[in-house]
Amino acid sequence: MSQRVGIIGFGQTYHRSRRDDVNGVELINEAVRAALEDAELTIDDIDAVVIGNMDHFEAVNYVDTWSVDGSGAWMKPLIKLTTGGTTGSTLGIAGYHHTASELFDVVLVIGWEKNSESDTTGAIITCSDPIFDRFSFSGALPGLAVEASTYMKRYGITEEDAALVTVRDREHGANNPYAQLQKPVTVEEVMQSPMLSWPVKLLDICPRSDGAAAVIFAGEQKAKKLSPRPAWVLSTAVRHSHSYFGDINYEEIHTMQEAVKELYKNVGIKEPLKELDVVELYQPYSFAGLKWIEAMGLCKPGESPRLLRDKVTHMDGELPFNPSGGVICTNCIGATGLLRIGEAALQVMGRAPGRQVPDVNLALSTGFGGAYWTDLMLLGSRPW
Amino acid sequence: MEKSELLHLQVVVELPYRWAAGRNGSLMLKALRDEKKIIGNRCPECRKVYVPPRAVCGPCFIAPDETVELPATGILAGYSVVNYPFIDPETGEKRPVPYTYGYIQLDGCDSYLSHFVNETDPARLSPGLRVEAVFKPDGERVGQMQDILHFKVSEEKGG
Repeated sequence: MSQRVGIIGFGQTYHRSRRDDVNGVELINEAVRAALEDAELTIDDIDAVVIGNMDHFEAVNYVDTWSVDGSGAWMKPLIKLTTGGTTGSTLGIAGYHHTASELFDVVLVIGWEKNSESDTTGAIITCSDPIFDRFSFSGALPGLAVEASTYMKRYGITEEDAALVTVRDREHGANNPYAQLQKPVTVEEVMQSPMLSWPVKLLDICPRSDGAAAVIFAGEQKAKKLSPRPAWVLSTAVRHSHSYFGDINYEEIHTMQEAVKELYKNVGIKEPLKELDVVELYQPYSFAGLKWIEAMGLCKPGESPRLLRDKVTHMDGELPFNPSGGVICTNCIGATGLLRIGEAALQVMGRAPGRQVPDVNLALSTGFGGAYWTDLMLLGSRPW
Repeated sequence: MEKSELLHLQVVVELPYRWAAGRNGSLMLKALRDEKKIIGNRCPECRKVYVPPRAVCGPCFIAPDETVELPATGILAGYSVVNYPFIDPETGEKRPVPYTYGYIQLDGCDSYLSHFVNETDPARLSPGLRVEAVFKPDGERVGQMQDILHFKVSEEKGG
């Protein structure tokens, strides 16, 4: 019992550093209404709802029940999921599983966050082991900076190389009316921005955003009936690892290496740089836009700065990354992974005004979180 | 639309907790407190030595069965000099900056120990640098990771 699944609708809020004009439930409702409008459906067409955000952030537990009025889940099957940074990608993959199982035909998936209502670093620190890691754990930013320190030493990567990634994504974000940060920056501006956690500077890291995203998944027959051009789910891959941060291999992001191996094999991709058409990478800081694309097999280890300098991953390049501006421009954490899926779906559906890559057949979206975890979802214009 | 006043509710919540270290964790913390020793354990299948010692090796999914005493010396595998202020959920206070957050690979150990390093000049730090644990004095150790005050850069030349 299983069916093919397509994405038929996507909605998002206008992401900002604070959305004091709405509470969490109202923020969720904005994204849900936008998704229903995009798919030309009403809430009555939805069979089940999957929702999630970060643990400890807004300090509202039972978010699933608390948000029912806004999510539209009133008297419907409803589940809440949360897996840290990967929450949004987990939500999307769960929506896919719900639909593929044939137990539900049209599934609404919602990710959201009000970072302005949270102590982001304090809340993230509570993800670490309370006895052995928490006294020293310093939140997401230093946790990422450790990886950058080993990567720079091993391959002679510079802070200027990483700055090229921020410059690209900020340039792309200027094309996305929903992005929190829409102003391009220069390498000099990145280099001169305050050093937050060596070697990561203010403009190397994602912002904290208030925002929500909603994606509608439908089974094959429904998707064909309801959408002129669904974004078909071709494959997913998930790799989560390790309880202690001291167990992570900071030299390699082996979860990404293993996840892409499975995904490429599933769909027969041999040369990802040539065969993929666009990537929405969950890239929380600039250095990830170098090291992680090497792990994706786009070039040899240490060679990614050349791809940035040659603009291979820019909008007009061979494989554009983050046409939306990505995580560097918007990071409402529980929604971030789902925004990658939604933006990738828009690219396949040909509905990304201002940021559309021409003729997208294959769009890859990723999720990142926890102890360097990786989630992947590949969308395509043809179901098989 | 007319601009209206937007209000917030501000509340400070205290959430006290008590976590069990378990048999393996207690073994390590007791050795730190009483003998200034760092204890790990080894997986019989992959032969990896882990610190802290644990009841299960995740990749092999079996119990490490050999207790290993580790030296107080090792290398700084990766690090960051933290320079941004944030509220430490451990204390409710701002954690003083700058400080160096590092992953230390003790000699003979395969996993890392996350801890502080008492050098905050990035120019003087590099992956591979030799470091050693500085313990709190006798009478001040209570059986927690902070019984190691920090790691200091060793006098000997690092790799």
